Amino acid sequence: MKTGVVDYKAGNLRSIQNLLQFLKADFIISDRAEELLKCDKLLFPGVGEAAYAMGQLGKTGLGAMMKDFAQSGRPIFGICLGCQIILDHSEEGDVDCLGLIPGIAKRFPSGGLKVPEIGWNSFDKVQEHYLLKDIPASPDVYFVHSYYPSVDARYGIAQTEYMVPFYSVIGRDNVAAAQFHPEKSGPVGIQIMRNFIEYGG
Amino acid sequence: MLKKRIIICLDVRDGKTTKGIKFKGNIDIGDPVEMAEKYYHDGVDELVFYDITASAEKRGIMIDVVERVAERIFIPFSVGGGIASVADMRRVLLAGAEKISVNSQAVKNPSIIEEGASIFGRQCIVLGMDAARDPDMPSGYRVFINGGRTATELDALAWAKQAERLGAGEFVLNSIDADGTKNGYEIPLTKMISDNVGVPVVASGGAGKPVHLEDVFKKGNADAALIASMVHYGDYTVQGIKEYLAASGVPMRM
Repeated sequence: MKTGVVDYKAGNLRSIQNLLQFLKADFIISDRAEELLKCDKLLFPGVGEAAYAMGQLGKTGLGAMMKDFAQSGRPIFGICLGCQIILDHSEEGDVDCLGLIPGIAKRFPSGGLKVPEIGWNSFDKVQEHYLLKDIPASPDVYFVHSYYPSVDARYGIAQTEYMVPFYSVIGRDNVAAAQFHPEKSGPVGIQIMRNFIEYGG
Repeated sequence: MLKKRIIICLDVRDGKTTKGIKFKGNIDIGDPVEMAEKYYHDGVDELVFYDITASAEKRGIMIDVVERVAERIFIPFSVGGGIASVADMRRVLLAGAEKISVNSQAVKNPSIIEEGASIFGRQCIVLGMDAARDPDMPSGYRVFINGGRTATELDALAWAKQAERLGAGEFVLNSIDADGTKNGYEIPLTKMISDNVGVPVVASGGAGKPVHLEDVFKKGNADAALIASMVHYGDYTVQGIKEYLAASGVPMRM
């Protein structure tokens, strides 16, 4: 089972790479659509600004590749910004996104807690999903974000609260995503990534 | 609910962890990679490495330390010390650090905060500030640079606000008065900055007992607390401190 890590030049992939190596995963990091389309599953990370990322995905053809890959039924796992731009739209830069899961990336309300949310926060599972296999109840994971995925309850896998309740793990069919950083979330994050790597194998 | 963080600080000189008292005199206490791994398994939430290597030629050792840490531990960590340019920041981030911490260099050249934030995102840019009580300053605290040796004309609160405007995504407030005393954090400094900026504030300097962390979280409104000698010499474990804090009602990642 080969995992392709989509490199669309949005953020640093070093810690993702370190975790995949730690898990002894069979993976490639690539910015070439034809190479990624041959993989068994795709990891779709990203840090930064949504409009910039969508520009990168358009320019490189990797956005179209993502849609083709999703159509093929093979697993996709988006992380952080990758959890926002797989939705229909993002309020960050008011940009249309990939539309792999129906929903919008919304900005946290102002005037409450500090934004971005930075640090360890918990989630509660609301739906069974392979990514959450062997994960303890209400685990803490590491977040850094100013926007959150707003999706219909049927796509919510786990819920987190930060001023507003939001789904921090979402999924539809073969596409799933996490708003937090599994690669920075200690043993819980390692297990989530292991679940992705081993899924279908 | 967002948890309060415990961050362990490792001062690294020529690739070895060292501990100094009141910014004077240092003794080597271990291998930073092994220590980082031990604290990671003991449940620490984050780590910070300060490179206090004196000579520029030996700076490469630090990058090697950062790379080895990033291969083994999967929690965020930041790196400070000797970061004077965007190129320095990039090197450390590409080696696997989550954040970079600037201190004296940002006082000398505030635009480094702005440049770093615009290129890497403000969540990557930590402003370290060494401050000491000074009744002549408007906020009651003066900023020092060069490891606390050189006084500046900057007021701590004014500098924090300016740095936030420039793009600092987090503050580490190190009290020169409290550092090394083990008598507790400088609560008024922590509370004043935390209540006046919109980004997380990390209290540093003075921790000797778990109750000091409880105080700085509850009374100082700190988002995170930095510790070093409390755990470096085996007096306390991360797990033990967290159990104490959780029992005191401080939200902790257990």
